[in-house]
Amino acid sequence: MKQKDKIHDQYLEASIFRKRAMIAALFCAALFSIIVSRLLFLQWSSHDYYSTRSENNRIQIQAVPPNRGLIYSRSGVVMAENVPNYRLEITPEQVANVPATITALKQYLDIDPKDINQFQQRLSGARSFQSIPFIFDLSFDEVAKLSAIKHRFPGVNITASSVRRYPFGSLASHAIGYVGRINDADLLERDKANYSGTDLIGKTGVERYHEDTLHGSVGFKHVEVNAQGRIIKTLNTTPPIAGRNLFLTIDIELQRAAETALQSYSGSIILIQPSTGDILAMVSKPGFDLNLFPKGISQKEFERLNQNTDHPLFNRAVSGLYPPGSTIKPIIALTGLESGLQTPKGQIFCPGFYLLPNDDRRYRDWKRTGHGLVRLDDAIIESCDILFYDLSLRLGIDRISPMLKRFGLGQVTGIDNTAEARGTLPSREWKKKMRGKPWYPGETLITGIGQGYMTMTPVQLANMAATLANRGIRYQPKLLYATQEGGNLLELSQAVPIEAVRIKPDQMDYVIDAMKNTTQHVKGTAYRAFQSARYPVAGKTGTAQVFGIAQGEEYDSENLRRKLRDHALFIGFAPVKQPEVAIAVIAEHGESGGSVAAPIARKVLDAYFTSYLHKQ
Amino acid sequence: MLKPSSKPAAPLFFKIANLLRLDYPLAIALVLLFGWGTVVLYSAAGESFNAIIRHLIHFGIAFFAMIVFANIPPALLQKWSPYFFAVGLLGLFTVLLIGDTGKGAQRWLDLGFIRFQPSEIMKIAVPMAVAWSINRHPLPPTLFQIMATAGLIIAPAFLIAQQPDLGTALLVASSGFFVIFLAGIRFRYLFSLLLIVLIALPLLWYNMHAYQKQRVLTFLNPESDPLGSGYHIIQSTISIGSGGIYGKGWLNGSQSQLQFLPERTTDFIFAVMGEEFGLLGACSLLLLYSFIIFRSLYITADAQETYARLLAGSLSLTFFIYVFVNIGMVTGLLPVVGVPLPLVSYGGTSMVTLMVSFGMIMSAQAHRRLLSG
Repeated sequence: MKQKDKIHDQYLEASIFRKRAMIAALFCAALFSIIVSRLLFLQWSSHDYYSTRSENNRIQIQAVPPNRGLIYSRSGVVMAENVPNYRLEITPEQVANVPATITALKQYLDIDPKDINQFQQRLSGARSFQSIPFIFDLSFDEVAKLSAIKHRFPGVNITASSVRRYPFGSLASHAIGYVGRINDADLLERDKANYSGTDLIGKTGVERYHEDTLHGSVGFKHVEVNAQGRIIKTLNTTPPIAGRNLFLTIDIELQRAAETALQSYSGSIILIQPSTGDILAMVSKPGFDLNLFPKGISQKEFERLNQNTDHPLFNRAVSGLYPPGSTIKPIIALTGLESGLQTPKGQIFCPGFYLLPNDDRRYRDWKRTGHGLVRLDDAIIESCDILFYDLSLRLGIDRISPMLKRFGLGQVTGIDNTAEARGTLPSREWKKKMRGKPWYPGETLITGIGQGYMTMTPVQLANMAATLANRGIRYQPKLLYATQEGGNLLELSQAVPIEAVRIKPDQMDYVIDAMKNTTQHVKGTAYRAFQSARYPVAGKTGTAQVFGIAQGEEYDSENLRRKLRDHALFIGFAPVKQPEVAIAVIAEHGESGGSVAAPIARKVLDAYFTSYLHKQ
Repeated sequence: MLKPSSKPAAPLFFKIANLLRLDYPLAIALVLLFGWGTVVLYSAAGESFNAIIRHLIHFGIAFFAMIVFANIPPALLQKWSPYFFAVGLLGLFTVLLIGDTGKGAQRWLDLGFIRFQPSEIMKIAVPMAVAWSINRHPLPPTLFQIMATAGLIIAPAFLIAQQPDLGTALLVASSGFFVIFLAGIRFRYLFSLLLIVLIALPLLWYNMHAYQKQRVLTFLNPESDPLGSGYHIIQSTISIGSGGIYGKGWLNGSQSQLQFLPERTTDFIFAVMGEEFGLLGACSLLLLYSFIIFRSLYITADAQETYARLLAGSLSLTFFIYVFVNIGMVTGLLPVVGVPLPLVSYGGTSMVTLMVSFGMIMSAQAHRRLLSG
């Protein structure tokens, strides 16, 4: 055995090897066929899946934002436009020494150390081939200076993006509204994809209400990128569709005249075309510079606006709630005539106060000495409260409330602006629901002169005046005059009629005649304001108490702080026969409708009747 | 006697091949494989001529090394085997003590004039040593001989695993194992061995480095970490799968050209082939490899010396394992192990080692007449 161990049997060893090599070869073939079946799986049966994944790797979709539509006035004056906003960007990959470049740029620009800090933060998180913003909002001078020396700074670029600019600053600020940086809340109700390349979105006013029209549709660019995300080439482009231009119903000159007419009062003026619902001027004062917002308002600036006790950011025209005061007397008069509880000729003696049975409270007239014997039309002309106390009591809240509703008071008008308030239309049910208390007759009395629970917005009052001008036909007030796609023809927006207030013509004529005499009769509350006006005006003044005066207390405006003074109101329309324009004026703490609000309205109407809009 | 032919170039080539003791079918297949690989490499390297020239130089050196080793008689190799192994083992010890670190592992030894990996030597030294050891007794080996020889496999494999380079350790170990297998290890020992390996697997898991464990976990579920450890395998399967039957065309593979595919000139070059030349390209490569492996086994079986047979057979199978491990990894069948695709991946050291082994395979066959005569 041992001897045999030492001898190699060549034939045996060769045959062992052949057998084993054969097994090994079969083993290799088996493993290779596993690989081939794996390749068949990957490249044949799963080819579509992997193709898609490869394309997804390779192709990125980039959004191309549309240009925002411009906003024009009725006559085509630009009120909101897009202007280039220049910024300086640095591509680190193309710059040999970034700090040295920044130092060199300091010779040409005033660079805020804060900008450098923020740039360094952006730099650390970015890829080297990306262009990183360094200085935002370069002035034209700086752009010119940099353009001249740019060739010395490779990798430093000036890029232009689009930003909103409002050429008139604060004029019609609340009507136009502003755009600001998009936040998550803005996109909740919108198509996120359509905003993928957009920075700014309408935040208030028409800018927000007509956002969908102004924005347009996003375009897309398919680009091929490599694994680092660098764009290799653009494959195809779907161009964006620019937003439509808006033409507002507002006339710049009338708007300016109205803003001037309101002087330093806080308040609102609305000038409206009764035949269409077009708002020719919409003032809410104080206003603010719209240009503060598109580039991002500073915290300090925002707090200054927000903490101002006059609330400049508050849109009084559609959100401000005021007691309408005597301006609703024409509606109460119509309620009386329609119900038959008040005849056109029926008289009442006005001693300057009114007493309810079983109530020792004196309901006072604004004129302490009283108006003497007054008819319904006298009560409108002179704004006698006593007749309206008596009439309201006889009518009851259940007749008054539905009529106010028919004129749109205490209901949203549907104006194309943001944050429209509803106001309060008091009724028996309203009080039960909101206050859980029954309605008291005394409350009917003060409702009849537009006080108490009742609150209205200026736009509701203006539309009430327009409805009176139309003798019952009511339109939805609107700020949109027309839209325009690119340079195409204007597409005019249609007037939207709302169910008409059906009033007998003789009753309507009676009330309108009384309103005319308010401005034309020597006893009329607006007589002085409209003396020698070259157009006939039907109007009604109002002086609304900001707070109730306790029984027996003297009303001494001298001693009241400004904030406690009455609001001055005026509503009206002109010319009386073929009304072209209706107006509502509210001067906060103006104290007197006749001597403050009516003269303001006169100035605005004068401006209208000298403008091109007046039909000769 | 050869008749004068109309094409004298071919017979001349064969004459030269015979003179150089080359097996010309094998040599032609190797050149074809290298050429095919160079076409792919040109695309993978971003159309860089410099890379191609360096690649050609590597192949030139490697081809020369093959000729040299084809002319060394197996008897001489057999004599050198223990010393060669000893030098390699010394190198492994040295590298653990003072080795250069590259990519987080100590693998390189810098001798001043040359920088090399001792583990690369072991790919040849281990089968040589095992064949030498087994061949001291008649075949088939007894259990005692196998146990005695096992140390020649375990010691270098353990040292290489310490670098840490588990992939190479396993490849070196398997090249030693192939010798024992081809020597005719009894199947009952073989199955017992497999059983021991299976039992030892959990032990191996506990001794693995964190990154090695991660590789295995990633292999089991690459999508769990698509941008981290799973990135390689995901991108490589996407490359291959998106190639389809015919491929995206040369220089047109978006995965490789846009650099989504990592290590596309080295370990993952097969994915470039799969993407740009599709299933047909990948299979053509597999066919070339199959031919090379079967031809190697075939000519080895003709060798007359047991030592030469065992060594050359083991080297042929090791070559197969390289191909299988690489393609298996790139296609997602096996975990990511840093093994290049033989003769196609860019890189000089492994190419020289591989061509030396083919030189040895050719020598085993070429020297039989000398021995018999």
